Amino acid sequence: MNSIEIKKLSLNFGEVVVLKDLNLTIEKGEFLVLLGASGCGKSTLLNCVAGLLDITDGQIFINGKNVTWDEPAQRGIGMVFQSYALYPQMTVKGNLSFGLKNAGLPKEEIEKRVKHASEILQIESLLDRKPAALSGGQRQRVAIGRALVRDVEVFLFDEPLSNLDAKLRTELRVEIKRLHQKLDNTMIYVTHDQIEAMTLADRIAIMRDGLIQQLDTPKKIYSNPVNKYVAGFIGSPSMNFLKGTILQNNKPIFKLEGGWCESPDLSNYIFQESIKAETQVWLGIRPESVVVGGEAENMPVNFSLEVEVFEPMGADTLVWSQIGGQEFRFMIDGNTSVNVGDRVTVGFDPAHASIFDFDNEERL
Amino acid sequence: MNRQTPLSINIGRVMIYLLLVAFALLYLAPLYVMIATSFKDIEEIRSGNLMAPPLSPTFYAWTKAWSSACTGSECEGLAPFFWNSVKIVVPAVSISTIIGAFNGYALAKWRFKGSEFLFGALLFGCFIPFQVILLPMAKLLGSLGLANTVTGLVMVHVIYGVAFTTLFFRNYYVGVPTELVRAARLDGAGFLNTFRYIFLPLSTPIFVVTVIWQFTQIWNDFLFGVVYSGAGTQPITVALNNLVNTSVGGKEYNVDMAAAIIAALPTLVVYVVAGKYFVRGLTAGAVKG
Repeated sequence: MNSIEIKKLSLNFGEVVVLKDLNLTIEKGEFLVLLGASGCGKSTLLNCVAGLLDITDGQIFINGKNVTWDEPAQRGIGMVFQSYALYPQMTVKGNLSFGLKNAGLPKEEIEKRVKHASEILQIESLLDRKPAALSGGQRQRVAIGRALVRDVEVFLFDEPLSNLDAKLRTELRVEIKRLHQKLDNTMIYVTHDQIEAMTLADRIAIMRDGLIQQLDTPKKIYSNPVNKYVAGFIGSPSMNFLKGTILQNNKPIFKLEGGWCESPDLSNYIFQESIKAETQVWLGIRPESVVVGGEAENMPVNFSLEVEVFEPMGADTLVWSQIGGQEFRFMIDGNTSVNVGDRVTVGFDPAHASIFDFDNEERL
Repeated sequence: MNRQTPLSINIGRVMIYLLLVAFALLYLAPLYVMIATSFKDIEEIRSGNLMAPPLSPTFYAWTKAWSSACTGSECEGLAPFFWNSVKIVVPAVSISTIIGAFNGYALAKWRFKGSEFLFGALLFGCFIPFQVILLPMAKLLGSLGLANTVTGLVMVHVIYGVAFTTLFFRNYYVGVPTELVRAARLDGAGFLNTFRYIFLPLSTPIFVVTVIWQFTQIWNDFLFGVVYSGAGTQPITVALNNLVNTSVGGKEYNVDMAAAIIAALPTLVVYVVAGKYFVRGLTAGAVKG
């Protein structure tokens, strides 16, 4: 059964079109992440689902019920805000029970739900404190608790971890994942952090300029990005893009702009459709798909490079280099010693590459 | 921590304090003269020095100023006018503050088409000089049948005050995160419940600021008081003026001084009691939750 269905949703602020003709279906129990740079419309979309913004056109269904014009409180959703938005003058308990009181629930029921939620989130000892006396992580938990007590099918998260420091963020990320596994309800999670998206999501919707660029599993998006924008957005360090031309002589050959004498054979790459000769393209390859040394020499594509800058990151070292005047980054094992000016042979299998049209940047 | 020894004497610092004390004395001198004079009898005032302390303090001037001094043809002291002022100030301050709180809340957190324009228009109200509205307001009060009444004066003060109170509250509430309103909407709280349970508890400092401001403005107002009040509804400022200008026999400076202090006392009390909130409220911007 579908938990959320968004049909032909459009939103304009005056002349400005923020979302246009957007369709999205989310299954029950699914964890969907809306990912994109700031200003792409992801938070706006979430606010439309929550009912905090009136949409210009289209329909929104939650659990099969048309909620397009329902008040937020009537939609059967819970929401966690970026700034937590805890009520400053209420205790934690007051924060958790405010919505239930407004809904006119009996006292025992409120007690029961607050107790249950605070057990799940381990905030029982904080119930009598005011938000000002809580740490960032505790506030975040209370904010989640406020959604939890509502006992709803759908949770909405609006960049819930971006106000926290890096260490806490990783910890709470796992907790949110655990929470999802335990509750098994539908979650929509907005973030600009691609690692959060990759780790949490069942499916990711990558947004840009109010449009969904790609909606798929993290794995599929990582390995088969539909366009250059998605490819560059997902993955850290980000994908290398080499500008060049496909020469079609019964097998596709890549000719790099600005050099590289041995033109590599791209036969292993699976093209979406047959490709015309002399097509200008971007060849994308992830730094972590590049191999070095002896292994590289056995790859269909290999060449040698000069090390310009290297960044040791512990387990791996990221090496910055150039080929034919174009930037090229690759990963080597953290234990391998490397020096600026070293020549290194690198190679990759075109099967792991992504090729995009030069003009419209769509996957080929 | 870099701690200075308390004994080290710094010439510059001593100078600063001396200067401050000198200025403080200068500023307090008139108050001292008023208080000292109010406790002297008329003989002592005529013969003695202005700065000299009262040699035989007497409450004569205070009693007379409060209950029997002549303000024009009546000789009942300031007491009835003091209560007139209270009857004007209490409702005018409360009503204008409450309206201001609602206006400010709505303009800051429930923006609608034209709300910014409306706020601009209200703001304009802060800059309209009193004199400009005297005649039209008199005509309006007349046609409403409120001329020369306490109710009429309250209405004038409320209308005039709403521009300021709205400005105060609006600017205070702008600093409260809008996500609180959204969270409250998700929790099923509407316009009024959000105000009552979330914004009101945050508002003590701005309420204090607004009340002090309005209280001082309305209590000290003379122009509206003199123009729109009738014989029995004059506020204390008008009565004080009449008292000082009515002379039966010789001029009684001690009574004038006592009367002036009585008229000024309530605002002084409000400042002393709530002054620290005033400063705090003016500087309080964001609400950290």
